[in-house]
Order: sequence, then structure tokens, then C-alpha cells
Amino acid sequence: MSDIELARRFRAGDIRALARAISLVERRDPSVRELEEAPKGSTAEVVGFTGAPGTGKSTLVDALVSLLRKQKKSVAVIATDPNSPFTGGAILGDRIRMQRHALDPKVFIRSMGARGHLGGLSLATREAIRLLGAFGFDQVILETVGVGQSELEVAAVAGTTVVVLTPNLGDGVQMIKAGILEIADIFVVNKADLEGHQRVVMELRGMLSLSAPRAHAAGSPKAWKPPIIPTVAARQEGIEELWAAVEAHRRYLEASGQARELAEKRLKDETAEVVAELAREQARQALGEDAGLTARLMEDGTPYRAAEEIVTRLGRGLKPPAREH
Amino acid sequence: MPVDTAVRPVRILVAKVGLDGHDRGVKVVARALRDAGYEVIYTGLRQTPEMVVDAALQEDAQVIGLSIHSGAHMTLFPAVVQELKRRKATDIIVFGGGIIPEDDIAALKKRGVAELFTPGTPLQDIVDWLRKRFPRGGS
Repeated sequence: MSDIELARRFRAGDIRALARAISLVERRDPSVRELEEAPKGSTAEVVGFTGAPGTGKSTLVDALVSLLRKQKKSVAVIATDPNSPFTGGAILGDRIRMQRHALDPKVFIRSMGARGHLGGLSLATREAIRLLGAFGFDQVILETVGVGQSELEVAAVAGTTVVVLTPNLGDGVQMIKAGILEIADIFVVNKADLEGHQRVVMELRGMLSLSAPRAHAAGSPKAWKPPIIPTVAARQEGIEELWAAVEAHRRYLEASGQARELAEKRLKDETAEVVAELAREQARQALGEDAGLTARLMEDGTPYRAAEEIVTRLGRGLKPPAREH
Repeated sequence: MPVDTAVRPVRILVAKVGLDGHDRGVKVVARALRDAGYEVIYTGLRQTPEMVVDAALQEDAQVIGLSIHSGAHMTLFPAVVQELKRRKATDIIVFGGGIIPEDDIAALKKRGVAELFTPGTPLQDIVDWLRKRFPRGGS
């Protein structure tokens, strides 16, 4: 598929073109960037699920897709699994739990390898979300790799972050640790048919009662307190309550003005990252081509003076990178 | 150790078609392909040809690997190839594995299945075959 053919088919609603475009952003190919520009009003709403391996994220996502389809919403899922740090290979197995949505044309499921990126998502997740929004999906659901305590990127990408816990994950000290529990907009205690689920709920409540209300915009009615939703995803129990909580959180973000603030902050952060990426490319080029610069760099034995020189050069004008339009 | 994101890893969708529930073989193959550096999307049991092809399109897989031990390979393998034709995705390669008699292998190859591997095949043979088909990754 040529770039033009791909763009034509993407705009005509061809699933294969969407899938190919996602593959291209996965390998950091800038040629489909214009497809990310959504027509007005077609940005998808994003909810992210994160939690330890085996907590039931895929099953929850599957249950939520069912609910959203009953509401006639189109849904795209990006499910992330890790790649091997040694071979780059991966087993992407999240679709197994989502089989009942196969052949539903309003459901799109894409498995992504994290490809060595450590935040719990793929580097290309944000681009993929924009592509899905531009393609016309109403709702995007993210599923992170099974995370430990510090893969927090989902909170910087999703509008609403759901942290999934299950009974028997550890004692009360786990609950007061920094990291994953701080990013939750909503807690789900899944497998709530298992013994010990009430203890998890109680410990979460205890933990939350000690938290200072999260920073919020001046004049907003009150701070958001993450609700705790018990679910049995495999039996579709608690899913309506979960979705009600997601919608309540979205209303809260709108009413408090945080939705706009967050969108602005995220776009700025991402812009800074894109700038860094462009600059890195230019720096590599300069270091590769310029023997004099390399000689000075080796003489110094530290990178700082060479770096300053490169930045000064950049200030005089970036060379347009290849394949940019 | 970051994976080189500029290289497009070959994406292989592996599936069990039909009613047979023996997924040990397909899991062993999936694991071997993972260790050979491929991104393997495993979709689970009891897939129809339509489901397999639909998933392969969404996943932008370049290869579909089918496993079957029920004896229905003469129906189901060509059905996947047909479905790829119907969806205009014949660039996706189909290979298969399972208990398949010699005569059937020849017939299936004629009907568009690229390669078939029977029980006892060393895993490395499958990997070598893929390496030959995709010498420079999945671009």
C-alpha cells in the first residue's frame, strides 16, 4: 500500500488501512501523521486499565466492550503485552478473552507489543489513539501490560485510569506504597467472588481516607475521590457500576475544568517529546558527519561542549528531517 | 535493552480452527516463534475462518498459522484461504500444522496453503521456513 493509497483507504473506512497505519506508527514512521488529524468533534474518549498480571484486565475490558456495544457505541481496544528484551519476540494473548466480539464490525481490537518501552504501554499508543479517533471510534479502551508498581504511563495517556486489584495481592503495607495506587481515578476489585475481597476494599478505603484530595482547579465544587468498584468480570457483574463511575469521572473533569487543562498539558508534554526526538535525530546526524566535532568530543571526554555546539547549530535552523511533510 | 522499533517485526497470528481443543501444540509453536523474535498473536480455541481472517486484518499480521488435530483440515484450511481472497488480503501467508496425511499436504498446497508441518517437525524447521519468507523482517 502506497502512502496515498493508504490514506484513501483509511478515510474510506477500510479496517486494513487502519491496522497498517497503526503498524507504521509502531515503527515510528512519520508518514501517516496527517491521518491522526481528526475531523472536528471526532476525538475518542479514552479509558485505561492497569494492574498486575492475572488480575483480569482483559476480561474486564471484554465485559466493558459488551456493555458499550449494548449502548451502540463503537469501541476500539489497544491491548499491550511485553516483548522479550532478548529476542524482541512476544506472545500477544489478550484477544483470547475478547473472542465474543469477533466479527462485530464496531469493535476493533489491536494487540501491541510494548517493544522495550517500560511505561506499561507502547511508545506508539498516543498516535494509535488519535488514529482510532480519526477513524471514527467513539470509545478507546487501553489495557497495559501486567504492571508492577511503577509503570504509570497510562495515567498520562488515558482520560480515566482504572487500577485493577484482586484479593490476596499482599498486605496493608502494599496499600500505602507510592506509585500505581496514586494514579487511580477508579479502583476495581475484580474477582470479588473470591474470599478476601472485602479486606481489599477495606484496606483501599483506609488508604484513601488518608490521602489528601488531589490537586484540582480553583472554584471546582470538590475534589475527585476514587470510587472502589467490586466486579466479577467473568460474570459481567459490576460492569454497569464501573461504567457509571467512568462517566462520573468524565463529568467531573469537564465540570472542574481539568479536562481542558489536562489536554493542554499532555499536548505540550508530547510536543516537547517530539522536539526531543527531532533534535536527537539531528544530533546523531551531526555527530555522524562531522569529524571535527567528533575529534573535539573525544578530546573533551565529556559530552557537554559538543552538545552545546549542536544545540547552537540547531538554533540556526533545523534541517527538515527525511519523510516529513 | 530496548527493541529496535524501526524494524518491523513479523506479526504472526496463530489460531486453532474448528472444534478441536488440543492447544498444546500451537502453544509450543507460539513459544518457539516468540523466541525467534516474532510477535505472535494467539487468539485461542474454536475459531471460524471468518474470525481468524478478521483478527489477522485488525492485527496487521503478515502470516496466519493454523493448528488442527481434528481431521477437518481439508475443509478449514482452504476456507481460511478463501476468506482471505474474499477480504482481498491474499498477501497474508497461511501455514498449518497438525496430523495431516502426505496426500492431503499436496492438495492443500495446491489450494493456497503455503506450507504444512506435521508432528515431529523440529521447531527450528518452522523458524527457518519463516526466515526464508521474511529475510529482512516484516517490511
